[in-house]
Amino acid sequence: MSKVSCRMAFTSTIEAIAANDETIYMVCTDSRGSVTSGGFAKKYPGRFIEAGIAEQNAISIAAGLSTTGKNVFVAGPACFLSARGYEQIKTDVAYNQTNVKIIGVSAGVSYGPLGGTHTNLHDFAGLRALPNIEIFAPSDGVQTAFITQYLAKSNTPAYMRMGRGDVDTVYPQDEAFDIHKAKLVKDGTDITLIACGEMVSPAIKAAEILEKEGVSARVLDMFCLKPADKEAIIKAAKETKAIVTIEEHSIHGGLGELVCAVVAQHHPTKVEVLAFPDEEYKVGKSHELFAYYGLTPGGIAQAAIRRILC
Amino acid sequence: MDKFKKIAFDCRLTVLDMIYKAKAGHIGGSMSAMEVLVSLYFGVMDMGKDRFILSKGHIAEALYAVLAHRGIISYEELMTFGAFDSALAGHPTSGVNGVEFATGALGHGLGVGVGMALGLSSKVYVLMGDGELAEGSNWEAMMAAAKYKLSNLIGIVDRNKLQISGETESVMPLEDLGAKFRAFGWEVNEVNGHEPHAIIEALKQPQTKPRVLITNTIKGYGAKIMENNPIWHHHIPDEAQYHEIKESFVKRRNQYE
Repeated sequence: MSKVSCRMAFTSTIEAIAANDETIYMVCTDSRGSVTSGGFAKKYPGRFIEAGIAEQNAISIAAGLSTTGKNVFVAGPACFLSARGYEQIKTDVAYNQTNVKIIGVSAGVSYGPLGGTHTNLHDFAGLRALPNIEIFAPSDGVQTAFITQYLAKSNTPAYMRMGRGDVDTVYPQDEAFDIHKAKLVKDGTDITLIACGEMVSPAIKAAEILEKEGVSARVLDMFCLKPADKEAIIKAAKETKAIVTIEEHSIHGGLGELVCAVVAQHHPTKVEVLAFPDEEYKVGKSHELFAYYGLTPGGIAQAAIRRILC
Repeated sequence: MDKFKKIAFDCRLTVLDMIYKAKAGHIGGSMSAMEVLVSLYFGVMDMGKDRFILSKGHIAEALYAVLAHRGIISYEELMTFGAFDSALAGHPTSGVNGVEFATGALGHGLGVGVGMALGLSSKVYVLMGDGELAEGSNWEAMMAAAKYKLSNLIGIVDRNKLQISGETESVMPLEDLGAKFRAFGWEVNEVNGHEPHAIIEALKQPQTKPRVLITNTIKGYGAKIMENNPIWHHHIPDEAQYHEIKESFVKRRNQYE
């Protein structure tokens, strides 16, 4: 598998779109390095607004600017945009239904070695509770580019979060997605693995391990968390014996709870939620933290077998 | 220019009825800002081109009343203020004709105004309360407005010196407010906020950078029982008070006939 970071897939895609679409603006929070938006700033200086280290104001500016016929992307570290800017997202973006796309980079535990201030395991929970805003967590560069193209055409407020590092390329270059539907990556009949973001790749590898053990695993990429594809979840609950969810987020308010709520109300089945537990943030690189919490191909496969057996 | 003062007292009477009927609203701040709103909507703004943001969203009823007197929304709609499922919530919502941005959480209007001013060549007016200037986001917006030399952005501060708990200078001191704006790169004007001709003249002066107009006002202006008393921030008048306030407003309005 080749590797590319989602943030670079985002910036190269939006730069290309902005060449032919003068309504595309970018607002940054002293974050052009972390976002990799320096190229955009250089190519389109008149459409690049530097708000400084001021997430609240960056989002308000984006909201105001969008009411003048612009399609505005605000990009910065997810840990700050989604928390410091929460009220502005709630009122200036979601409540006012402004054409603002919030791009949270270095999400999850991308900044793990930097400590808990930079940990971002709360954004799905916070933003899922707001009406009028779509939420995306792409799994690779191909999907990031696809969602970016959708966001450049859409008028609906949206939040897209992605990690910092290079990730496995899951999809072929020309892969097409149904923007509000879960992507069936691999079909299976015994168990369903539902993952989002960087957890899709280990979920696919887990399915390969399970295959060798004689377990047929379905893999769903739930890259669109809102609106959530309930049908795909209900179908998985009906057609396979159990579900394992995998996400780079707190166990509270994310993909796991989303799936549990759908199956509990429509077709109760066994669900195992693999996510970050409700405990003090640990310091470490992403891969070290994933290993510690069992968010690895082996950990996911074990959880799947555990769920089928009990 | 007494016609503006007359309109302002007509609007005060409307707001009094709205609040008395709904048993909800922010009467004190509505009265302090009324001449500013009337000046903007009847004497300054190029309607359909210029933008207005009510950052102190809690005086929505004052904005709604001015919009009705300006013929932008109907009196019928006005009287649904605060009722179940009405578009006329206690803070401006985007479902109301003439409301360009929904507000209510304080400290948002100026940043949104910066964004609008970046995208427009016409004027953007943002009316703020003085108490809300304690929100740090305002100061972020002031820096950004100066950085981008937004000569089409005009902030107005309803400087009535009171907020819900008491005097602004005891809750969180703001003075020297003009000096603070100047230090942030803004032009500063100060006027009596109950004198429409002074407000209009100040707002019409050409500017080369973002400008703030500090309008010195009296909270609860127009009826002695309310004036400068923080209790009237969102007090609902009882029947006797309603009549007393109404009588005062009618008397004042008739002076400008």
